[in-house]
Amino acid sequence: MNLNTAPNLSRPDDFYEALIDMHRGLDDDASQAVNARLILLLCNHIGGHDVLLEAMRSARAGVAPTRAEAA
Amino acid sequence: MNQTPAIDYQQQRFAWTPCAEEQSPGHAPVHPVVVIGAGPIGLTCAIDLARQGIAVVLVDDDDTLSTGSRAICFAKRTLDIFDRIGCGQRMVDKGVGCNPGKVFLRDQAVYEFDLLPENGHARPAFINLQQYYVEGYLLEQAQQCPNIALRWKSKVTAIAHHEDHDALTVETPQGSYQLKAQYVVAADGSRSPLRKMMGLESQGHTFRDRFLIADVKMDAPFPAERWFWFDPPFHPQQSVLLHRQPDDVWRIDFQLGWDADPVLEKTPERVIPRVRALLGQDVSFSLEWVSVYTFSCVRMERFRHGRVLFVGDAAHCVSPFGARGANSGIQDAENLAWKLAHVLQGKAPDGLLDSYASEREYAADENLLNSTRSTDFITPKSAVSRAFRDAVLGLAREHAFARRLVNSGRLSLPSTLDASPLNTPDLAATPAAPAFSGPMRPGAPCCDAPLLHAGQATWLLPQLGDRFALMVFAAPAQTPASTLQALATLAQQRMLRLLFISEQAATPADEQVLTGLRAETVQLQDIERLAAQRYDAHPGSCYLIRPDQHVSARWRNADAADIEQALLRATGHATGTEQALAA
Repeated sequence: MNLNTAPNLSRPDDFYEALIDMHRGLDDDASQAVNARLILLLCNHIGGHDVLLEAMRSARAGVAPTRAEAA
Repeated sequence: MNQTPAIDYQQQRFAWTPCAEEQSPGHAPVHPVVVIGAGPIGLTCAIDLARQGIAVVLVDDDDTLSTGSRAICFAKRTLDIFDRIGCGQRMVDKGVGCNPGKVFLRDQAVYEFDLLPENGHARPAFINLQQYYVEGYLLEQAQQCPNIALRWKSKVTAIAHHEDHDALTVETPQGSYQLKAQYVVAADGSRSPLRKMMGLESQGHTFRDRFLIADVKMDAPFPAERWFWFDPPFHPQQSVLLHRQPDDVWRIDFQLGWDADPVLEKTPERVIPRVRALLGQDVSFSLEWVSVYTFSCVRMERFRHGRVLFVGDAAHCVSPFGARGANSGIQDAENLAWKLAHVLQGKAPDGLLDSYASEREYAADENLLNSTRSTDFITPKSAVSRAFRDAVLGLAREHAFARRLVNSGRLSLPSTLDASPLNTPDLAATPAAPAFSGPMRPGAPCCDAPLLHAGQATWLLPQLGDRFALMVFAAPAQTPASTLQALATLAQQRMLRLLFISEQAATPADEQVLTGLRAETVQLQDIERLAAQRYDAHPGSCYLIRPDQHVSARWRNADAADIEQALLRATGHATGTEQALAA
């Protein structure tokens, strides 16, 4: 199965608002923790390794390296 | 059981005596095998070789066994190997068996686990046993082998390669002499002097973290379980592992971080408060052993260099998480022993030894991967890595999926040698011969199962022994006479042990058939049907098993010609099946 990047959210604007609201009252570290938990929950829901790898590649492709890679 | 007086293996000293080469300087025989290093790996290799009929000279630069706290977790596969070489029961009797464990985050249990959740295995998932007991028992086993010559205080200082042998320069209290060998097994540890003499390196990563080991003796009501804490209140921000060893000794492993001072942290003034914080103020204990360590995940590029075979830490080192050091070394030793014996006895070409290197390099990579992953979980290298680690632990109490991600060390399991050139792949499935399922594919280490032999309880693994064996899942009387004759002839020619495994007990007809076969045979009853289940066997299915109890090949129907080809392949002979394998 391929990563579905066609519009798939049933209520896109509500989703986006909920995503931002999820972080209300949190500093950056706490937000990082919540994001990590959310990612883990969603990844388990998806399950398929190939889809997850494709999603990780797509996510990473939009962000240039910001420091030299450790040896 | 006889109670023998306890021996303090840490205090034992072994006398050096002049060997034949020193007593008569002109006398320099070429020994079949010299093993360097009388640690657990060298001793296991020597005993296994001796069992295979090979005379061994075992040299050690010291006159003692292991002291202090080193390897303590000996996994099921290691115990199965110790059973095969004759000293497993002593290890299990003395060791602390502990399948269950708990993982804690801060002050709360996140989850509990059982490392061996199914029954029907002779041995537990692992035992805890101090390395000096393991070495002591192995040594006593070795001393009973007339074809093992132990030479203490014998330090190898140079090696020279010749066309038909290697010559080692050995220094002893009396001077030095030349020790010649057809093959040299380097079991001389992580700093392997022989490796350095040969200008070889073990390469990889060293981790920027330090750990404190404290072995404490106490009488305290902790269960014999493996407890692992992340960020506990008594040792904030770091991890701690507690588990029990024999003699009321407990191993506590404190993560300290890279900035810790290794000298200062070893002092009792620093150690005792840490231990007290864990155990509580009221528990009285004494320190048996303290050390601060760092670790590397490294390996040699190749484990074979001509006549020299590197085993154990000399060939590869891992982090302690998962107990993959000594356990993988013991598997190196047994993988090598039968191959050396076959080559030295003229039953296999020298090239068979290349498969020692390729199989165990593959296994080392698997161990290094697992060990590195555990280390990354326990010691996150970046803020985001720590955030995910903490998220996993936070979710684990509530969600089963996250427990599967918690990695406090994946306990050593033997590798399935999928890519081995010695394996014969399964034939294409047909309606009459459907594909096999389950983990017992070619290259897999054999799974145990409870059986009956002549009405007496036994286990599959000891019945396989340490020669090539053929397991036939059928009663002898149910097997076509022509097949039986062909198998018996092959078994006789190739010293193959035949095991007939059937659901029903042996009948008089079975016994009559077996008596008529001129081969080493045994009939076993699969009383709980676990053998057939674990090997996905149908009536007539058969498995060819290597001397190190790995699956070599399997078929739905026994065909002596196929079996012979697989046997040739498993002993490093070129066969006519290369084209089929490439397909």
